[in-house]
Amino acid sequence: MKKIILSLTIVFICFVVVIFSLGLKTKKIYDTKDLVGKPIPLIDLKLLNSEKTFKTSDLKKNDFTLINFWASWCAPCRKEHKYLIQLSKDLKILGVNFKDDKQKANKFIKKLGNPYNLIATDKDGKKSIYFGVYGIPETILVDKELKIIKKYIGPINENDVKKILKIINN
Amino acid sequence: MISEFGNLTVVLSILTSFFLIIFSIIELKNNNSYPSIKLRNFSILQLIFTNLSFLTLLMGYLISDFSIENVYENSHTEKPLLYKISGVWGNHEGSLLLWINVLVLFSFLFFSKNFKKNKKFQLLTLIFQNILILGFFIFLFATSNPFNKIFPIPSEGLGLNPILQDPALAIHPPLLYLGFVGSSIYFSAALASLISRYNGKDFAIISKPWVLVSWIFQTLGILVGSIWAYYELGWGGYWFWDPVENSSLIPWFLMTALLHSILVLEKRSGIYLWVVVLSILTFTMSVTGTFLVRSGILNSVHTFANDPTRGLYILIFLSAMIFSSIYIFYKYSPIENRSFNLFSKEFFIIINNWFMSFFLITVLIGTVYPIFLEVLTSQKISIGPPYYNAILAPFLIPLLFLMAYGPTTSWIISRQFKTKKIIYNLFLSIVITSIIILTINQKNFLINVLLIASVYLILQNIIGIYKNTKKNSGKPSTPNLASAISHVGFGLLIFFISLNSVTSVGHDLNIKAGEKKSLENFDITLEELKVFNEKNYKKFVGNIVVLNKKTNNIERLKPEIRIYKNPETITYEASIRSNIFSDTYVTMSNISKSEFYNIKFQKKPFMNLIWFSTILIVLGGMLRLISKKI
Repeated sequence: MKKIILSLTIVFICFVVVIFSLGLKTKKIYDTKDLVGKPIPLIDLKLLNSEKTFKTSDLKKNDFTLINFWASWCAPCRKEHKYLIQLSKDLKILGVNFKDDKQKANKFIKKLGNPYNLIATDKDGKKSIYFGVYGIPETILVDKELKIIKKYIGPINENDVKKILKIINN
Repeated sequence: MISEFGNLTVVLSILTSFFLIIFSIIELKNNNSYPSIKLRNFSILQLIFTNLSFLTLLMGYLISDFSIENVYENSHTEKPLLYKISGVWGNHEGSLLLWINVLVLFSFLFFSKNFKKNKKFQLLTLIFQNILILGFFIFLFATSNPFNKIFPIPSEGLGLNPILQDPALAIHPPLLYLGFVGSSIYFSAALASLISRYNGKDFAIISKPWVLVSWIFQTLGILVGSIWAYYELGWGGYWFWDPVENSSLIPWFLMTALLHSILVLEKRSGIYLWVVVLSILTFTMSVTGTFLVRSGILNSVHTFANDPTRGLYILIFLSAMIFSSIYIFYKYSPIENRSFNLFSKEFFIIINNWFMSFFLITVLIGTVYPIFLEVLTSQKISIGPPYYNAILAPFLIPLLFLMAYGPTTSWIISRQFKTKKIIYNLFLSIVITSIIILTINQKNFLINVLLIASVYLILQNIIGIYKNTKKNSGKPSTPNLASAISHVGFGLLIFFISLNSVTSVGHDLNIKAGEKKSLENFDITLEELKVFNEKNYKKFVGNIVVLNKKTNNIERLKPEIRIYKNPETITYEASIRSNIFSDTYVTMSNISKSEFYNIKFQKKPFMNLIWFSTILIVLGGMLRLISKKI
C-alpha cells in the first residue's frame, strides 16, 4: 500500500512538473511581432480628403510600401514625422489617420509637411485592428506581395530609417 | 565600487553557507554533545555577510548609484526617501536578496536559540536550511544578480512604478517574506527530525514559536496587501482572487492547519507525521507560489519581470526539494498509532485541518487549473471570484460552528457531543442575527446562515473566556485568551465581510466640472478641478460633494489623477471618507478628448472593522507568542 501511494505521488508530481515546464514556454502576452512574414489584409480604406476608397491590394504595384498609423493628437507621431519625410524621398508611404478629426489632421500635415503619397482614414480605429495595431504610432513595411517585412511599435527613429533604407536598397 | 562590494558580500555569503554545510556534516560524525563554537561563528559570519549584501544594495538606492543596473531600473533621484528604500524589494532581484536574508536570519536565530538541544537534529536542520540558502544564492548569482553593472553610467534612473509608491506596499513584501520564507525553518527542522528520529512532542515544542511567528507575519502581510489594494488600485475591492494573492493565501491555510496540529502534538502522539507533512508542504507551497509569480507562467496584477529561465531554475529547485522530501519521508517516517476520541479537542482540530486542506485545494486548483488547461488544450480561461465564493462560502458555515464548539471540549478525554452546551448560545445567536437581518432587509440565505454561524462563534468564545476567567479566580489562562481573541477576530471577519458583500453600493457616472448628478439616495457634484505640481508628479484634484438625501449629511472628497514623471505613468488615487461603520469611496478618471470625467462612487460599509478583525486574529497569535506558556 505504502509503495502504491508513493508511486502515485511521484507520478502525479512528475505530471505537474512537466505541465509547469511546458507552461513556461506558452506565450502569455499578446504580441503583434508574430505578424512579421504574414500578408496584410486585403481591405478597402476610405481616403481622408475625398469620398473615394482605396484597396490595399493596389499596393502590389510598389516594390515596398511603408504604412504609417498616426493622428494629430499623438505626440510621438510629431516626433517621428521628420523621419517619415526623410523616407518619403525613397519609398511610397501610406498614412492611416487613426481616430482623428479631418481638419486637425490636415492642419498637422500643413504644419509639419506631407510625407504620405496617400492618406487613408480610420475614424473609429476598427480597420487598424486588421493590421495588428494596438496603439499609435505604428509603422509597417510591406513588400510587393504585401508581406510584412518589418513592424515598428512606437515612433521610428534615425536607426530605423537606416534599416528601412538598407532593406529597400538591397 | 558599491557593485563590487555587493558582489563580494554575496560570494562570501555563498562560501560561508557552503562551509556551514561541510562542517555540519563533519560534526555529525563526532561524539561531542553539542555543535561546536566554530559552527556558531560561521553562522554569525553568514548573517553579517548576507545582511551586508542587503545593506550595500540599500546604500546603492540611497545614494542613487546608477552604475548598478538594478538601481537604474527601479529608482530615481527625485524619489522620496521611503520609496528609495522600498525600491530595494520592489523588483525581482532585490526581493530575492531580501528573501535570502530572511532564510539566513531564521537559520541563525533557530540555531542560536536551540544550540543546546539534540545535536543531530540541530546539525541536520542547519544542513537543510543552508542547502536552501545556497540554492537561492546560486539562483541569485546566476540569473538575478542585483549588483550587475551598467556602462556608460546613466545620469538618471527610470524610477519605481508609482502604484508601488505607497507606505502599505513598502512594508507588504517584508512582512510576507518573514511569513512564508520563515516557514523554511520548520521545513528544514521537519526533515531533520525525521532523520534524527527526534521525539514528536519535542519537535512540536521547538517548532511552535517559529510557526507562530511566520503565521503572524503572513497574516499581517496579507492584511497590508489587501489594504494597499483597497486604497491604491482604485477598484474599491480588497481581495480579487488574483493568482499572486492566492499564492500568499495557500501557505496561510497550511500554517493555520499546522499551528493547530502542533497544539495537538504537544499534548499527545499520533499526529507527528501529519505535522511533518504540513511543515514540508508549507514551504513547498511558498516556493511553488514564488515559481508561479516570478516565472511569468500566470498573468497577474503583480509586476515582476517575466523570465522563463528564472522559472525553469525555480522549477528544478522545487522538484529537487519535493523529491528529496518524499524520499526522506518514506525512508525515515516512523509508524504511528492514530486513534482519537470522537468529540475530543484534538478531534475538532483534525477536522479543522481537513477544512483548511479543502480550502487549500480549492484555491490551488483555481490558481493552477488555467495553466493545465492551456498546456493540454491551448484553451485560455481565467478563474474569478464566482468560483471561489461558490465553493468556499458554504463550507465556512460548518467550520465556524466547529470553531465555536471545538475549544469548549477537553483534550483526549471528551467522548460525547454536549448538546446543552450549544443550544442556548445558538438560540441567542439566531435572535441577534435575525434583528440584524431584519434591519438591513437581507434575503440571501447563504449570507444569513453565515451571519448566524459567525455570531455564534463570537458569542461562544466571549462566554467561554468569561467562564474561564471566573474559574481561574479573575484571570483567564493566556492560551485560552489568545485562542479566544483569534477566534473572535475570525468570527468578526466573516461577519463583516458577509455584511459588506451585501450592503455595498456602487455607481459609475460621467460628469463635467460644475455638474450635479442625482442618484437614488445621493446627489453627487463635481464642483471644480485643481492642478498641483508636486515633487515627482503633477496632480489633478477633483472637488466632489456627496449629499446623502436621507440624512442630509454632506461629505467632501478629493480624488486625484496623478501624472508621474519617472516613469511616465498615470495613476488614479481614490479619495476615501472613512468612519468606523462605513467608507465613502470615490475615484476619478479622465475620458480621452472629452470634458467629462468618469466618477466611480461607492459606499462600502464596515471596511475598518474588516481590518480590525484581522488585527484581532494577529493579536491572538502575538499574545500566545509572548506568553511564557505558549
